[in-house]
Amino acid sequence: MSADAKNKKAGLILVAVVAGMVGMAYAAVPLYKLFCQVTGFGGTTQRAEASEGVILDRPMTIRFTANVNHDMPWNFSPSQLTQETMVGQQMLATYRAHNPTSKRITGTAVFNVTPFKAGEYFNKIECFCFTEQTLEPGESVDMPVTYYVDPAIADDPRLDDVKEIVLSYTFYLADTEEAPEMDHKGMNGTGN
Amino acid sequence: MAKSYGRHKSHGHAPTGLKRWLFSTNHKDIGIMYLFFAGFGGIIGVLFSVLMRLELHEPGVTFLTWFVADGTVEQAAQFFNVLITAHGLIMVFFLVMPALIGGFANYFVPIMIGAPDMAFPRLNNISFWLLPPAFTLLLLSAFVGDGTIGVVGASGVGAGWTIYPPLSANISGASMDLAILSLHLAGASSILGAINFITTIFNMRAPGMTMHKMPLFVWSILVTAFLLLLALPVLAGAITMLLTDRNFGTTFFDPAGGGDPLLFQHLFWFFGHPEVYILILPGFGIISQIISTFSKKPIFGYLGMAYAMVSIGFIGFIVWAHHMYTVGLDVDLKAYFMIATMVIAVPTGIKIFSWIATMWGGSIEFKTPMLWAIGFIFLFTIGGVTGIIMASAGVDQPLHDTYYIVAHFHYTMALGSVFAIFAGFYYWMGKMSGRQYPEWAGKLHFWITFIGVNMVFFPQHFLGLAGMPRRYVDYPDAYTFWNQLSSYGSYITGAGVIFFLGLVIYIFTKGKKCPESPWGDHTETLEWTLTSPPPLHQFEVLPKIK
Repeated sequence: MSADAKNKKAGLILVAVVAGMVGMAYAAVPLYKLFCQVTGFGGTTQRAEASEGVILDRPMTIRFTANVNHDMPWNFSPSQLTQETMVGQQMLATYRAHNPTSKRITGTAVFNVTPFKAGEYFNKIECFCFTEQTLEPGESVDMPVTYYVDPAIADDPRLDDVKEIVLSYTFYLADTEEAPEMDHKGMNGTGN
Repeated sequence: MAKSYGRHKSHGHAPTGLKRWLFSTNHKDIGIMYLFFAGFGGIIGVLFSVLMRLELHEPGVTFLTWFVADGTVEQAAQFFNVLITAHGLIMVFFLVMPALIGGFANYFVPIMIGAPDMAFPRLNNISFWLLPPAFTLLLLSAFVGDGTIGVVGASGVGAGWTIYPPLSANISGASMDLAILSLHLAGASSILGAINFITTIFNMRAPGMTMHKMPLFVWSILVTAFLLLLALPVLAGAITMLLTDRNFGTTFFDPAGGGDPLLFQHLFWFFGHPEVYILILPGFGIISQIISTFSKKPIFGYLGMAYAMVSIGFIGFIVWAHHMYTVGLDVDLKAYFMIATMVIAVPTGIKIFSWIATMWGGSIEFKTPMLWAIGFIFLFTIGGVTGIIMASAGVDQPLHDTYYIVAHFHYTMALGSVFAIFAGFYYWMGKMSGRQYPEWAGKLHFWITFIGVNMVFFPQHFLGLAGMPRRYVDYPDAYTFWNQLSSYGSYITGAGVIFFLGLVIYIFTKGKKCPESPWGDHTETLEWTLTSPPPLHQFEVLPKIK
């Protein structure tokens, strides 16, 4: 091979490496999500069909918090501050959301639990955060979440000190539209 | 310089004037252009740092208010943030990288391996000419846009050089976009340069110049080029995501759409940590050449030195999250990143001790380049030790984002790199220009700078340990003493820079002619077998290496 051809070949291989690394950067996005879901990294909770029915004699306090992004005009809060549960026991909690504006607003919720290490063992069966929620002007709804703490938590010594798990939701604005006809009483009209 | 090259016109094709510099495909001319460019970038970067130290000279926002439109503290604070951001980006992308990689490596790597030029000379030209537009975009970003949230009439990017979202994603106006495009161009320039270096070093070594006979400077550039090749595309990807998040409605880093701002930090530091080794490894190479030359001994433990750099490069890719101990990582992850980080001390220690072992029993001559080289070892060791301290996740918790960090990374990647640049400058100036610097002036410059920079950064350890956070325009009175000392050091260093600029002009106009090998017969590398300056095209007949 001539010197020039050799250089060209090396150059092309290196260009391919660069392209590959750009690809890896983008692949990091789905991989990172997958990694969070599998490991519960950063308090990512798990999703389950139903609890396995095993209930351990280990009490767990679940604490609920809620907040909204600054662009989101909803009032959003948990209906109960805490729930006492046993590990493995299926529980129902609700959050209350109210749209005080004169607009129909769609929101999406993101969630996590603290301590982060508990994310791996916090299973949600049903949650309003799985889909987008739309509230008509002035509407209030109770949003349910069904969950249980995975009994496998007992086999993980890292979580022996966990007696309380905080479940946190943040609502973001997904979409706003002017409601076609409506009465304006009791609304402050601060929607975007 | 143009004059002295004129003597070699007989070598054939030798363009002159504007054509020679604008269209140059000659690695030496491009190297010179890189060095001048780096000098220009460095002056602006130093200027910004002195402005910051002037503001921090006294508590209260008293100085930067002169520079902003309506003189409010908010605008002055925003301007301070613009200064810290620009200072970081300029020093990294427009001083250290152009000087060490574009400048010295472009000039000396082909010569040291006995090659006539780089593998892709035209690509080399593109690499250089991407930098001035990149720098222009970055400077422009300071003048446009409602640069930050809540500050009316302020412009520029005040997000810090790490440009973390959500702040960087929410800065309104075009300033952030200009800065992102500037990084794109600078990144593309470096990636093309890296491809060029790797191809050159793999394919164009003279007969007999095996990999294990290459000078350590060439090894350092080879490792650096691989780091650039693997790290910079990740930065490019991350800032492209940021750009589309800002302008095209994607939500890579926006939790409202299912994204995660932390992902940016992971991507950024996957680039950022190798980047700090990109800044220091070429310095390792230069220091190795100089220590060996002025100790009149071959370098101690050549293979260990070469592979220490390879392993530093490799480990550099698997420690990124030690920049993120406070984001809520799992304790096991922290333990891993802590141990991996501390492992870097092993190859780095091999290098430090091998330099000392090279000097040991050598007939040491304390010429100016040697002073800078020893200064480098001293400063880098201080920075390395504080690095090990902060590698510990627990200890890092209170030190995170304090001036202790600022002191640490300035001792390593800033002072380390700059001392290597000056060491290389005094070592090779005679070779590159054909004119030698006056020894007393080089030494004076060294002592001014050495005293100045230590005065700037050593007190910052105390400030950091006392809890002073970085990136603030103001501080409580309790921090006044060490801040003032630090500011005085900055003025001394600034005076050193002015002295250096005068010295450069003196060398070009009145410098003594430099012989072929000004450092005697103990040099081992090929550049000292050529005239000073080298002919326009060297090694038309390839040298044979024994």
